[in-house]
Amino acid sequence: MSTTWFLLGEGFVRQALLAGAVLALLAGLLGPLVVGRGMAFAVHGTSELSFAGGAGALLLFGAGAVGWGALVGAVLVALVFGALGLAAHERDSVIGVLLSFGLGLGVLFQSLYTGRSANKFGLLVGQIVGVDTGDLVSLAVTGVVVIGVLAVAYRPLLFASLDPTMAAARGVPVRALSIAFAVLLGATTALGVQIVGALLVLSLLITPAAAAARLTASPLLATVLAVVFAEVAVLGGIVLSLAPGLPISPFVAGIAFATYVICRVVGALRTRRRASRTRVPSSSTETSTSSQSALASQSPRPRS
Amino acid sequence: MSSVESRDTAVSLSGAELRRGPRTLWSDLDLGIEPGEFVAVLGPNGSGKTTLLQVLLGLLPLSAGEVRIHGAAPARGSAAVGYIPQQRALDPLTPLRGRDLVGLGLDGHRWGPGLSGRTRRRAQVHAALAQVDALGYADAPVGSLSGGEHQRLRVAQALVGDPALLLADEPLLSLDLARQREVVDLVEKRRREHGTAVVFVTHELNPVLPVVDRILYLVDGRFRIGTPEEVMTSENLSQLYRTDVEVVRVRGRILVVGAEDAPVHHHHDDGSPLREEVGAR
Repeated sequence: MSTTWFLLGEGFVRQALLAGAVLALLAGLLGPLVVGRGMAFAVHGTSELSFAGGAGALLLFGAGAVGWGALVGAVLVALVFGALGLAAHERDSVIGVLLSFGLGLGVLFQSLYTGRSANKFGLLVGQIVGVDTGDLVSLAVTGVVVIGVLAVAYRPLLFASLDPTMAAARGVPVRALSIAFAVLLGATTALGVQIVGALLVLSLLITPAAAAARLTASPLLATVLAVVFAEVAVLGGIVLSLAPGLPISPFVAGIAFATYVICRVVGALRTRRRASRTRVPSSSTETSTSSQSALASQSPRPRS
Repeated sequence: MSSVESRDTAVSLSGAELRRGPRTLWSDLDLGIEPGEFVAVLGPNGSGKTTLLQVLLGLLPLSAGEVRIHGAAPARGSAAVGYIPQQRALDPLTPLRGRDLVGLGLDGHRWGPGLSGRTRRRAQVHAALAQVDALGYADAPVGSLSGGEHQRLRVAQALVGDPALLLADEPLLSLDLARQREVVDLVEKRRREHGTAVVFVTHELNPVLPVVDRILYLVDGRFRIGTPEEVMTSENLSQLYRTDVEVVRVRGRILVVGAEDAPVHHHHDDGSPLREEVGAR
């Protein structure tokens, strides 16, 4: 306990908490859209390719280029996924193909790299205590861009993500938004890969939103809950990892998973309680009257 | 039936032609639809029914001719045009409630944070839900609703912008007869009370026949426009399908026999897939 208090006073821990908080905010904002679009697997694919990009940059240009490599890898592959649109079957197989290829490439780059092993390991499990000021700047820039784009495009994005047929009929550029969303997702994933590692990105982008979806069908409330769950997982995970001196991954993943399980149980209980209350049949009662009025409306009308 | 160029005309198509690749779906189509008029669009798959709606929604330009909606060119996302799609189940975990779905119909295509006018928006959504009698499940997840409830929300979503023209693309598909009647009744009520013009694409003429003013029957580039009595004759349908089709009026009903790809009733009560039942008028 006292160790934790002591470490919380350290600058690098504060920076880690700040970085984690921004990342969790972005993940919580994008998560419900990811879940709504059925893109969980795409996030996984994007994070593996981001890992490959980071590993490649580490091998070729050294530790300073990891961030850029991760970003380029993530955005490139996200663009491919975005261009594939919402046709789930085709998309999933393409993701599977690219994901395994990216993972293989990343492992190759890592085994060829002869520098500090902490640099290598970090891309997979994160190196949040190694967050420096440069990372914070790129995190802040990405955060401002993602939130700015969401502020302008949130309604069409939500419409295109959850109700694509209708959105297209209303003139929403569904395709272009799919690609724009993929870029936002790629950028956020790339940051996540550097901070919490490729393996944990799903814990932040998917689990909190999936947990929130079990509790509410309101998009606004789901987003608020997803942000809260993501913040609790990241900040709680960092704080808990301090005293034992363990990586944050198991703590972040553990908290996120526990949140999900609790939300699932609560959601299931509520559904059962709702089902046990006899629901007023909303439409069957007026069937006969509606058919009568439809017939009654046959009265002659002037025709053109 | 020639179209009358007027600002009051809800839809006016003149010399309209639509080509997709080398294929001409239809050409020389002249059609004027007045406010409050109910036009059913019939025809086999691939005859360009949905494409016609896409033109009216401003999503697709005509290859030739002119289209006007209340005197103006069709505009994407126009509030003056409502659209009801096919009933298609949404994922049970879709994070949307009924009122969110209807709200997206109102301003889901708008850019910007949309922070102003929330009270007015809430009232509009509420009114649309009330119009289709869906307030009872407005807060339930859309994925948990029955097909009939879902389609009521679709009607509300189309009406929330207070449209002067309502387009429907097979909205009765995969609904049972009672639910079909409910949807038709909601559309009919809207037309009666607000003078909304309706263009209703359907495979199933039967449920809409009591309320239809005119039919546009499209087959492979050929078409007929007129009242059901005018269009639904053996001679007309034989010419359209270029095969021997018989339209029989039996016991106050019209049966279409012999057109293999004629619109077929999905919940057929007399078994034959080659017949189309259309109640007589």
